[in-house]
Amino acid sequence: MEKNSKEIQKKLTTVKYNCADSSHLSVNQEICAKCKEKTCTFICPADVYIQDENTGQLVVQYENCLECGACKIACPKKNIEWRYPSAGCGVVFKNS
Amino acid sequence: MNIEYNADVIVVGGGPAGISAALEVARAGRKVVLLERSHYAGSKNMYGGAVYTHALKEVFQEDFDKISYERVINSHTWAFLSEDSSFELTYKNSSNNHAYAIKRFNLEKQLIELVKSKGVYFCPDTLVVDLVTNENRVIGVKTSIEEYLAPVVILADGVNSLLARKIGLRQDFKRHDFILSAKEVYKFDKKTIETKFNLKEDLSNGINKQYFGSDFGKLKGYKNLFMMSFLYTFKDSVALGVGVNLEDLSKNKLNISDVLDEVKKHPHIAPLIENGEMIEYSAHLIPEGGYKKVPALYSDGVIVAGDAAGFVNGVHFEGTNFALISGKLAGKAALHALEKEDFSASTLSVYRKYLENSFILKDLYSYRNIINNLYKRSNSLSVYYPNKIKEFFEIITSANCTSKSSQIRKFAYNFIFGRNPLDTIKDMFAFLKCALDVFFGK
Ligand SMILES: Cc1cc2nc3c(=O)[nH]c(=O)nc-3n(C[C@H](O)[C@H](O)[C@H](O)COP(=O)(O)OP(=O)(O)OC[C@H]3O[C@@H](n4cnc5c(N)ncnc54)[C@H](O)[C@@H]3O)c2cc1C
Ligand code: SF4
Ligand code: SF4
Repeated sequence: MEKNSKEIQKKLTTVKYNCADSSHLSVNQEICAKCKEKTCTFICPADVYIQDENTGQLVVQYENCLECGACKIACPKKNIEWRYPSAGCGVVFKNS
Repeated sequence: MNIEYNADVIVVGGGPAGISAALEVARAGRKVVLLERSHYAGSKNMYGGAVYTHALKEVFQEDFDKISYERVINSHTWAFLSEDSSFELTYKNSSNNHAYAIKRFNLEKQLIELVKSKGVYFCPDTLVVDLVTNENRVIGVKTSIEEYLAPVVILADGVNSLLARKIGLRQDFKRHDFILSAKEVYKFDKKTIETKFNLKEDLSNGINKQYFGSDFGKLKGYKNLFMMSFLYTFKDSVALGVGVNLEDLSKNKLNISDVLDEVKKHPHIAPLIENGEMIEYSAHLIPEGGYKKVPALYSDGVIVAGDAAGFVNGVHFEGTNFALISGKLAGKAALHALEKEDFSASTLSVYRKYLENSFILKDLYSYRNIINNLYKRSNSLSVYYPNKIKEFFEIITSANCTSKSSQIRKFAYNFIFGRNPLDTIKDMFAFLKCALDVFFGK
């Protein structure tokens, strides 16, 4: 089943976030370049990881992160340095 | 070395486990600080939605009645979905109140207010980035701003517990040990929900549904998804979500949002959210490693509780009760250490004894093989039986002018020989083993 990025974007419009000053997610692009699975690009419920069609580089749209932690565990190369956003920042669920 | 402590106990994480741990310590008149990374406790947390009242009562005692809820959940349905059918079993008891539907934002908010009034120092907007140690003993925490020191630190930092991992209490995370879940909340006016679900106006009843089955829509063809969907009614909203084992999602290149979209389209689910306005999308992990993956629960100066320790019973959607009670017991163990003025692992090991005497380690032990057994039979659970149930009820309900006996004989034959008969035997063993484990459990 193809990932429906459009639908995810639509859902994300219902999510509130507080300040997103700097990225709490980082990857080593050299390791990603050699990664065949690209698990992060389909596993993330917020579609945070996108492979740039032109450069082949991984773009990390950390602002959309729902802080579930799935990418960090699912990445077969353990290549995601996953921290929490700064204190008070990041996702704010009000109805969940 | 003489250490100057800021508090008797520091609790990391303002979820049900942390709140309960802090309350236990404060009730004994000890100084306890509760640190939470978010601005509003609860705003990082997501669940199905119902919190179990027996655990709430045990922890909050005289204050329990002050807790306001959206609906009492006392109608439980287990449903098996095929492409176009559902077979549902409902247990309903309108006089019981074992569970409350409360949104986490509101649950944690209320509980924090209650524990603050009992003397807990609550610090929101406080991210713990590391633990402070002295000669291998934990003596405090490092936040993004400063260090706080206390002879006992309780880690109640949830499923992703970076801290338990950091100090080596917890093993590396494996995909197979987690369920990834996504949820959407739909707003209606209160009356519409009451009509839709046949609920009383006074909020004294509400619905929880658990759905098995994955053989529908675009999910058809995925033969081994360990998947469960759920629905909860709130006062003026409905939560619909799905959880799938993270290994299955990874192997099948599936996104949980797409899985949820298929669930939403199922002909027996779509009408339940029809005309509702989606007001929130969320995602969260559930630890499913069970008893075998329970980490080291304590070490010198530190104790782990709640999701951080993997305390959930995934089969029954129980987590808040495990968090609340393990938090309370962690608090009790901390008090024991304070009393003895000895914060070594050997003193804190009473925590494990408390847990072993409670339902927490008993249930985790009794259910230790169940998730795994069910996981191995996920094709049967998600595809084969939901379809067979449909076939069976089609015979019973179709009045198709063919003799029932001949149809049932054919069904029985197909049931056993329609696939490798070994599978049926394996299912029998797996399900029997689950039943025996629980029956002869602790
Ligand atoms: C989809 C889903 C459905 C569920 N349904 C149910 C249900 O219906 N009923 C039920 O009883 N249980 C359910 N559960 C399980 C239940 O939600 C959890 O077991 C429970 O919330 C665990 O509580 P906790 O206090 O251990 O952790 P959490 O509730 O996760 O709280 C941890 C807290 O720690 C904070 N934190 C984390 N790291 C730091 C840090 N470094 N510094 C400061 N703060 C930090 C977080 O912000 C968070 O507030 C469900 C879970 C999921 C995912
Ligand atoms: S799965 Fe891991 S290694 Fe592969 S592209 Fe994503 S982050 Fe890089
Ligand atoms: S934590 Fe969850 S939402 Fe955030 S990037 Fe990772 S998978 Fe996506």
